[in-house]
Amino acid sequence: MKNAISDAMVITRRQLLLLFRVPEVLIFSTIQPVMFVLLFRYVFGGSITSGQPGGYVQFLMPGIFVQTVAFTLAGTASGLAEDMTKGLIDRYRSLPIARSALVFGKTLGDSALNIVVLFAMGLAGFIVGWRPDSGIMKITFAFLFLLAFGYSLSWIGIFVGLSAKDARVVQNISFLTTFPLTFLSNAFAPTTGMPRPLQYFAEWNPVSTVVAACRELFGLTNQFGATAGSFPSQHPLMMSLIYMVAIMAIFIPLSVRKYTSAGKS
Amino acid sequence: MKSVSAEQLVKIYKKGNVKALDGLSLDVEEGTVLSVLGPNGAGKTTVVRILATLLSPDSGSATVAGIDVIKHPEKVREVIGLSGQYAAVDEILTGWDNLVMFGRLYHLSKSAAIKRAEELLERFSLTESARRPIKTYSGGMRRRLDLAASLIVQPKVLFLDEPTTGLDPRGRQEMWEVIEELVKGGVTLLLTTQYLDEADQLADDIVVIDHGRVIARGTSDALKKEIGGERLEVVVEQSQIARTMELVTRVSGAKATLDEGLRQISSPVTQGSSALIEVLRSLDEEGIHPLDIALKRPSLDDVFMSLTGHGAEEAVAAESGKKSKRGRS
Ligand SMILES: Nc1ncnc2c1ncn2[C@@H]1O[C@H](COP(=O)(O)OP(=O)(O)OP(=O)(O)O)[C@@H](O)[C@H]1O
Ligand SMILES: [Mg+2]
Repeated sequence: MKNAISDAMVITRRQLLLLFRVPEVLIFSTIQPVMFVLLFRYVFGGSITSGQPGGYVQFLMPGIFVQTVAFTLAGTASGLAEDMTKGLIDRYRSLPIARSALVFGKTLGDSALNIVVLFAMGLAGFIVGWRPDSGIMKITFAFLFLLAFGYSLSWIGIFVGLSAKDARVVQNISFLTTFPLTFLSNAFAPTTGMPRPLQYFAEWNPVSTVVAACRELFGLTNQFGATAGSFPSQHPLMMSLIYMVAIMAIFIPLSVRKYTSAGKS
Repeated sequence: MKSVSAEQLVKIYKKGNVKALDGLSLDVEEGTVLSVLGPNGAGKTTVVRILATLLSPDSGSATVAGIDVIKHPEKVREVIGLSGQYAAVDEILTGWDNLVMFGRLYHLSKSAAIKRAEELLERFSLTESARRPIKTYSGGMRRRLDLAASLIVQPKVLFLDEPTTGLDPRGRQEMWEVIEELVKGGVTLLLTTQYLDEADQLADDIVVIDHGRVIARGTSDALKKEIGGERLEVVVEQSQIARTMELVTRVSGAKATLDEGLRQISSPVTQGSSALIEVLRSLDEEGIHPLDIALKRPSLDDVFMSLTGHGAEEAVAAESGKKSKRGRS
């Protein structure tokens, strides 16, 4: 057990080392969300009425934070798929280490990347007028909450990465699912304007509940943007926690099992 | 004592329904080198992956260092080193990073991992490129680093899957030297290759496999005897064929054969180079100038020709199972 943890830490370090060796990855994974902050803030900011004091940017930031961490799924998945195709996985699997160490290490490493990215986005948001006013405790908690969401999604990423054979296919699949999910939500605009069925979908969407929970933690009122009166819109924080626990309860054992048997048949 | 022993391994890949191993058995005596020789698709990688616990066989059994690979894969992993067919190192990281990381995964302390990494880099002449990312390495350097990574903790049994495929002659030579040194150090080695000369150079024993079965086994000398030794091949003008045939037959003492299309006369010879000189001298006396003359060592293709009745190239294309004649097994 002690070995399993230290093995996972070695893999985490490796993930971080990759970031240092190819700083472009870090730079681009930071630039893109920062660019989104600026684009949404100035392109839509004028036309979307959020009903927030302090303007659209208060409403927007939690949305972009969540969208960004949601893409952890794609990052983890394609990174792992790439290791699979290069035969690196065979080397890891022939080492005398716990089978779970590699996948735990990878998910942790990808969360570490999220810390950097979230920090950069927060800074950019602050520059363009984002002012959370709920106090340091709640703000810190909100960021931890975002990291936890990203962490749980990276377990789906592990599963997807192990299931498919080609890194580019993995990239496309995860992008094509994550992208619409982040838009069919309350992340960028209130759900009120959506057709009724879509509105229900959007409110049950985990992206929405996490966004709403963050808005609450950052001190916004009317966090959900709008409400069709559904359960998740009433209890976003609790619902998000349920989602995260459920995702990990399903995907951690699935992924570890899949990894253990990968290539065995 | 047997360090590696595989009994009647069968592996069918569900995808494509390929019978990659068809009742394959082999064993490696402790401290010796076994070479598994076979063409593309023969099942070499499949065998290695099963013995290295990366793949489960559909039936059959195997032990490595006396440990059952199916029942106790985690124990097997503690005593083996594996260098797969494709170098499995982190392209983006440097050679140093890679070796230190693998050292840590073998549970060496940080300082021990660093010390070991430096030793290995030195030993494999990689010290100068240690701080460069692997993606800037040549094929040969990559292979050496991959091998180094499998030696971090001195393994009892080492598996090398086609360690020199894709290397240029110099890279190959370097790799051979490295492997020979390891063998002197007493490791038990199972190595796969497509090249007879490689098996010849490195191995004590050879098993030739095709379509997932052993078609011959023995020492390299015994196999060569079975296949036949060198052949002399001469190409001459049409009008000189008959005379040349006679000459070659006289020198070699075995009936020369003719490939009419190529106008090539060939014959097995025992004392290769002296036969070559003698044939050249006799041809010269007759005023015949050969267009081409060469001494051919038996190639893998010849091995397959003589053992299976089809060439190594065809072996890949041929459907599995039908033609392989069972060798001594
Ligand atoms: N993952 C797989 N799924 C389906 N078929 C496979 C798989 N891996 C190998 N095969 C098939 O099994 C047979 C044996 O393959 P194997 O890789 O063991 O051959 P090999 O001797 O290592 O060949 P090479 O010299 O090309 O490396 C081949 O016909 C190959 O196509
Ligand atoms: Mg192979």
